[in-house]
Amino acid sequence: MTYETLSRIVQQGGTVYFSLLFLMVCVYAFWPKNKETFDRAARLPLDED
Amino acid sequence: MWKHHQKLERHSLLLVIVILVVVAIGGLVEISPLFYLESTIEKVDGIRPYTPLELAGRDIYVREGCYVCHSQMIRPLRDEVERYGHYSLAAESMYDHPFQWGSKRTGPDLARVGGKYSDGWQVDHLTNPRAVVPESVMPPYAFLAKKDLDYRDIADKLRAQRAVGVPYGDAMIAKAATDLETQADPFASGGTALKKRYGPKVNQRDFDGQPDRISDMDALIAYLQMLGTTVDFTTYKADAGENLR
Amino acid sequence: MAAIDGPKGTASSGAGLLAGLLGVGVLLTIFMASRTHDPRFMVHAYIFMAAFTLALAVLVIGISADRFVQSEDKYEDGVIRAGVIASLFWGVVGMLVGLVIASQLSWPNLFYFPEFGWLNFGRLRPLHTSGVIFAFGGNVLIATSFYVVQRTCKARLAGGIAPWVVFWGYQLFIVLAATGYLMGVTQSREYAEPEWYVDIWLTVVWVTYLLVFLGTIWKRKEPHIYVANWFYLAFIVTVAMLHIVNNLAVPVSPLSSHSYSLFSGVQDALVQWWYGHNAVGFFLTAGFLAIMYYFIPKRAERPVYSYRLSIVHFWALIFIYIWAGPHHLHYTALPQWAQTLGMTFSIMLWMPSWGGMINGLMTLSGAWDKLRTDAVMRMLIASLAFYGMSTFEGPVMSVRAVNALSHYTDWTIGHVHSGALGWVGFVSFGAIYCLVPWLWKRPRLYSDRLVEWHFWIATIGILLYIAAMWVSGIMEGLMWREYTSEGFLAYSFVQTVEAKHVANMIRALGGLLYLSGTLIMVYNVWRTIRGDVAALEKNAVLVQPAASGPAPKGAAVAAE
Repeated sequence: MTYETLSRIVQQGGTVYFSLLFLMVCVYAFWPKNKETFDRAARLPLDED
Repeated sequence: MWKHHQKLERHSLLLVIVILVVVAIGGLVEISPLFYLESTIEKVDGIRPYTPLELAGRDIYVREGCYVCHSQMIRPLRDEVERYGHYSLAAESMYDHPFQWGSKRTGPDLARVGGKYSDGWQVDHLTNPRAVVPESVMPPYAFLAKKDLDYRDIADKLRAQRAVGVPYGDAMIAKAATDLETQADPFASGGTALKKRYGPKVNQRDFDGQPDRISDMDALIAYLQMLGTTVDFTTYKADAGENLR
Repeated sequence: MAAIDGPKGTASSGAGLLAGLLGVGVLLTIFMASRTHDPRFMVHAYIFMAAFTLALAVLVIGISADRFVQSEDKYEDGVIRAGVIASLFWGVVGMLVGLVIASQLSWPNLFYFPEFGWLNFGRLRPLHTSGVIFAFGGNVLIATSFYVVQRTCKARLAGGIAPWVVFWGYQLFIVLAATGYLMGVTQSREYAEPEWYVDIWLTVVWVTYLLVFLGTIWKRKEPHIYVANWFYLAFIVTVAMLHIVNNLAVPVSPLSSHSYSLFSGVQDALVQWWYGHNAVGFFLTAGFLAIMYYFIPKRAERPVYSYRLSIVHFWALIFIYIWAGPHHLHYTALPQWAQTLGMTFSIMLWMPSWGGMINGLMTLSGAWDKLRTDAVMRMLIASLAFYGMSTFEGPVMSVRAVNALSHYTDWTIGHVHSGALGWVGFVSFGAIYCLVPWLWKRPRLYSDRLVEWHFWIATIGILLYIAAMWVSGIMEGLMWREYTSEGFLAYSFVQTVEAKHVANMIRALGGLLYLSGTLIMVYNVWRTIRGDVAALEKNAVLVQPAASGPAPKGAAVAAE
């Protein structure tokens, strides 16, 4: 395999892989079920002391 | 997947490891190929390690923070090539530990300043820049001529350079101090041996106009006067396939 | 929290171990000072020795007086108070040096002294950059991170006296770096100038810092780790990685103050700018975003606008930032594929940057009146506006065609300062204005009017500074590339230097105003610590949020 083919595979694969990973982070963050956890977490700085 | 991220939010050590992995990717992809892709550095004739005097001068260049205002990287843009000379090649800084490309031109680029001005001009300009160039904002470096160069550790310096990959041979290291003294003295007998080790283009003369001493000024000007002079651009083919990157 | 974890003697035995290490350190530095023939190395060996001796004396006295037994049911706030004071001290020093070097470029005949080479621009410039970034910014980050991690984990700082080791070890690093620059001890790596032995010392301090931070997280009562702590963690961990790789070098000898970088030329350049750009990304951005994620919600008394956005913001920012370094090397001998990658990621970086900014700004939605009534809040929000501005300007400048003009010019200096003065400076000032009354248990600041003065004087200073640098940067970039109708270069280099004279003076004036604002703040903080309230404001309604007042922490936490 030449360097060029390897580099093309890595580039395209990498783009797809990282885009998917990013999508998964987004889906997780905005999944309705997780809302409650996050709302509680967001209040952490406020309900101390 | 969801459970996994919750683990991250709860397990700090795991969070640290994932952060490390995420931030390592960019550097690995961008930096590591530079070490093994042969096209990164052109094959050029004439590149040589610095002579001991030039290396000492380079250390003074670093010590005084010259890189803060002077770049050593001519970009392939029409005005830069006309103002400063042929654009800089990667090969020209392959023995630069550390690189001195700079990031700011408060003063002009110095990548090819070697031979552009006389030693006398350099001494006058370094001593009091505004005496030569009235509008200059450069600091004065008169003290360099008043300080004897401390080169007790010059062999150690060459040895350290060899450790990081500069091809200094045993003879170069053994003769480091002699070579340094020879280069600053036009009448020294070791000139032939010095040029045999470092090439025929090495400048051998009294750089600072004080024949009785070797000062910091000698070393700095020896360094400045060789900058960008090693590659013969009359024979370098910039368009040749192996030089395109 | 009330339940005391671990025996009370831990801190004390740790102090004993530390005393032993310091003793070894003193002997080692005496040996090094006596053997070296490098005068600059000798000075640093003596500084190390003096610091270790002093620390040893303090420790021995402390141990014998049994002062290191700490109660687990109280927060460790002493080290944060010290950090606030150190931040202000180094902030003034760093900004003052900045004003001096700006004056040198404006009036070289007045501000250069041929007999004092150590005051030349080349030696003072790293003193300025390290002074404001690492001495001021670093102390702000360490102090705020110690505050935030304790409050959001509801646990005392871990490690007994280790937080103090971090604090004083970091101050020693600053003193070594600063004295080194003045003596000409430098690696010539921008924002990483300190030499090999100082780098090793910083690594020791930094690892201790990481352990203290992690140790505190491990003691937490709340299962979720608050997002500000993620940003702090990313900042600490990534800076450690960058610092170690970028500073790989071989010393000339074990007794020499000089070393040579392990890498050379093109590889060295990319390693350095991978470091340099991410010093911005992780020191000056991730760290200070952590401040934003705690102090803006706290000051506004409302939770962050979208916690979900903060998760996306975090991962996108740290992943993308690390790639952007090559945009510092456009059109250089760096291979073009690397330049293109750097440019692409720099443009993508705009999105997470603005995501974070919007998250911070919108936290205030429904409470916008605070912008009018609370000058500290205004400072925090203004910092986000400047953040948004410079993170928009950055991607624009990373485009190769734009960079061809902007690189090597004052435009870069202006860009950096809109981020540094506007974002980092203002978010730090805002956090310090919040912290001082909380830490010293004062009902309010000495004077809110002085905060107003600080805000406006500093804002005008920033605007003058960046406007002057835009003008001079774009002007010199255009002059360098201008041709006459005959096809010759229109200007010699020195003509462009001359043309910048007015802009240089305006820049110095902007710096003077900014520094004046900081001095007003120092006065205000000092009077607050003394417990004074300005005569004119004695009857004014307290505008400090109630929640930020000093609560009896021990009791409140124990009641959990």
